[in-house]
Amino acid sequence: MTLFTILLSALLVNNFVLVRFLGICPFMGVSKDVDSAIGMGLATTFVMVVAAAVTWLIQWFILEPLGLPFLQTLSFILVIAAMVQLVEMFLHKTSPALYRAMGIFLPLITTNCAILGFAIMGVQNSYSFIENVVFGLGAGLGFTLALVLMAGIREDLRFADIPKPLRGVGIAFIIAGLLSLAFGGFAGLV
Amino acid sequence: MVLWKDFVRGLWDENPTFRLVIGLCPTLAVTTSAVNGLSMGLATAFVLICSSALISILKRIIPDKVRIPAYIIVIATFVTIVDLVMHAYMPDLHSVLGLFIPLIVVNCIVLGRAEAFASKNSVMRSAVDGLGMGLGFTWALTLLGAIRELLGSGSLFGYSFVADGASTLGIMTLPPGGFITLGILMAVMNMISDRLKKKAS
Repeated sequence: MTLFTILLSALLVNNFVLVRFLGICPFMGVSKDVDSAIGMGLATTFVMVVAAAVTWLIQWFILEPLGLPFLQTLSFILVIAAMVQLVEMFLHKTSPALYRAMGIFLPLITTNCAILGFAIMGVQNSYSFIENVVFGLGAGLGFTLALVLMAGIREDLRFADIPKPLRGVGIAFIIAGLLSLAFGGFAGLV
Repeated sequence: MVLWKDFVRGLWDENPTFRLVIGLCPTLAVTTSAVNGLSMGLATAFVLICSSALISILKRIIPDKVRIPAYIIVIATFVTIVDLVMHAYMPDLHSVLGLFIPLIVVNCIVLGRAEAFASKNSVMRSAVDGLGMGLGFTWALTLLGAIRELLGSGSLFGYSFVADGASTLGIMTLPPGGFITLGILMAVMNMISDRLKKKAS
């Protein structure tokens, strides 16, 4: 598989949110306006790329040689949680403006199942180091794309006349379903 | 009486899926059939009961500052147990649920109950709360799976209702069907609880 195929597949064909159902909680929670959607998306992408590199090293240099693959879930989630904390502290020191923009979203990223999910998936596909990082980038950008699309629609939705029981998450899910249907059109692209 | 209240809370008033709208990834991803929904719900319920009880036992030992990583370790341990047991005794189910078994670790329901309930209440109440939340999650997943299976493949719990070759709404078992079914179910639940409230008042 070429790097471009991996990127395109993670970004569109197997979009993490709309086709693989990963990261639905932030997708529903933070898609109320476009600005915070972009912030959340980029913060997640950043953590995903770093996590891709670190979890790859842990899996193939620590867990596999020592015969400990059953500790995968445990070690990956701890590493992701620790990394999110590090990224938060690093941004706080170096770029307060960016920290203020991304600040509230950073702690939420730990419990975004797209990150743990993609780390485990990368191991299952036995990607090489570079492939895994590209896979992380594609997954993150795909998450951002879905989030921004959804936020754009929900901003307009505020002025729509929706039946009372459907208001809030109900209509959001149906829109997500239609978006997912549209993304089905990418099947067969790679 | 208190225990009963802790138990029923998760079933309706604070149902994780329909009321709190958390733990959505497995809710949508594995509910292509009723059996898958049921087994995912039970696996999550097991993790929820065990981790709530253990965290409640350890609540005085875990320092406040590192409580979240400590909770995650406790949860990840029980998830690994479920993962390995399922792999050994139910290989078919394990391959269907696949990735979503290890992902129980990041299911916000489990960490949410640990933080909001188990870290403040007695062991017994925490375990009962875990059981209620777990069963609330299980019935939501089973219902969603049953609807999608019935419309998408014309069967229920594996028993087929349609003739061979008859066309069904295949889209219901695909990702778009998951989103749309859950959206409509949410609206139905809102309607029911509105009616109940009106009757009460």
